[in-house]
Amino acid sequence: MTETTGHPNRRDILKQIAIGTAATILPLPALAQAGNARVVVIGGGFAGATCARALKRLSPKLTVTLVETNPTFVACPFSNMVIVGLRPLTMQQFGYESLGRGGVEIRISPAASVNPETHVVTLADGSRLSYDRLVVAPGVDLRWDGLPGYTEDAAQIMPHAWKAGEQTTLLAKQLNAMPDGGLVVISAPANPFRCPPGPYERASLIAGYLKKNKPKSKLIILDAKDAFSKQKLFENAWKELYPGLIEWVPLSGGGKVTSVDPAGMTLVTEFSSYKAAVANVIPPQRAGLIAQIAGVSDRTGWCPIDPVTFESLLQPHIHVIGDAAIAGAMPKSAFAANAQAKVCAQAIVTLLAGDQPMPPKLINTCYSLVAPDYGITVAGVYHPVGGQLVDVADAGGISPLDASRLFREQEAKYADGWFKTITADVFG
Amino acid sequence: MVKTGLARHRSSNPRPLWERVVAKRPLSHKGRGKYLLQIASLLALLCVAHPAAAAEAPPGASACSGCHAMDAAVATPVPRLVGRKPAEIIAALAAFKSGQRPATVMDRIAKGFSDSEIRAIAEWYGAMEAP
Repeated sequence: MTETTGHPNRRDILKQIAIGTAATILPLPALAQAGNARVVVIGGGFAGATCARALKRLSPKLTVTLVETNPTFVACPFSNMVIVGLRPLTMQQFGYESLGRGGVEIRISPAASVNPETHVVTLADGSRLSYDRLVVAPGVDLRWDGLPGYTEDAAQIMPHAWKAGEQTTLLAKQLNAMPDGGLVVISAPANPFRCPPGPYERASLIAGYLKKNKPKSKLIILDAKDAFSKQKLFENAWKELYPGLIEWVPLSGGGKVTSVDPAGMTLVTEFSSYKAAVANVIPPQRAGLIAQIAGVSDRTGWCPIDPVTFESLLQPHIHVIGDAAIAGAMPKSAFAANAQAKVCAQAIVTLLAGDQPMPPKLINTCYSLVAPDYGITVAGVYHPVGGQLVDVADAGGISPLDASRLFREQEAKYADGWFKTITADVFG
Repeated sequence: MVKTGLARHRSSNPRPLWERVVAKRPLSHKGRGKYLLQIASLLALLCVAHPAAAAEAPPGASACSGCHAMDAAVATPVPRLVGRKPAEIIAALAAFKSGQRPATVMDRIAKGFSDSEIRAIAEWYGAMEAP
């Protein structure tokens, strides 16, 4: 520093450059930490497993630990095909061996607690994992307090089948055992919930099963809302493929289920009650419990996030991705979870290096099967605007309403291709 | 190491990082001091191995692999983007965007990307080695 100006002169600056360059030979503490940093990911679904794998691929020096309750993942997309006996459950099952071979440390034990101050995750088996960044991707929990009469025991009689696995098999068995002429009732929740077109895809495929195997039967959807995803496409297809078989009762028509009685196989609405032969109750949902424990969920039960980094707005250094996150216009889908996970992984690597992540762009495509050879889609492109993920104007939307059957067949084939691709991307 | 760092920043922003850092600074005597200091710290940054070994995906690119398999072994009718000539990807997306090329869903998705975003995505996939 020269005394006359109080500002650095050229010689001082050159000296600084020299020192700076010399310093690069030695490890810089902050950057060395970036390379050897620890990231813990809680939840091994489409969001968490994608993120863990992407982190390790982007930055091989990172220590990445994936914490998951179950040794085998059971994918929800296409599980409606399992319910109607057109697909074995084994096609939905995936292990974590590939992730392990890729250098992700796999811990099969539920996460019991998170301390955001000390940056420590404690597992149910008592072990403790410290983190520089934590990714919370627990998916959804069913709200056992959300619908009177609908308890975990009730779900053994009136399955939700909204988490694939035993529940999927249970609903499949019930449908199979149902006598011809039975009434199938699906109760669909209000928004937001996992897989917005899911209940209607399920209704479609069950209708196809009934038409073929139990033609005197009927299906009623009791809905807690007045509109649903891809509605026109579904309704047109129902008229075409399953005339008179599916009845949709919207909220304004008294469709909201207010309580259930599993002993009597009854679903009660404001104006009426329905006795079902098979009752599929999809209850209200919220972010998985660990989100609440970590303090990243708000009063809605979901997790507010920064749309550039997916970092929690409630707890620094914790990121939330997938169904648990409030991702603006993005639906709670496997595709969205996978896309968010890759953006989040890049953001974490960038943040650990001391840089600022760029605003991302994300895509979602949700395939639904109205019949095994009849596919429809809704797609969207998203970007952050004013702290929210919003739809890019003029992009996205649903399949054309006037498309040919060949077009629908093609979308069904692409749906199958999508499942193979995304599961290979995450677990393959 | 230096090359990796530069390549990464170029791919993520058309302007080099040093230009973004200094562009808005006036080149007064006082400013020039800060300017050179920033270059010094930047040099230090670039000399250190960046944890991201691969070039950073441009906005939107990582989402494509939800449908377009990275792995050649996946049995899907959807074409792969890895190792494809960027010009082919750019032409396909332009045709999807304008509606010239029939599509099931790509017309709806292509409309969400600007020409420069499409170019960046195409170049990123094109630069990958097709296994």
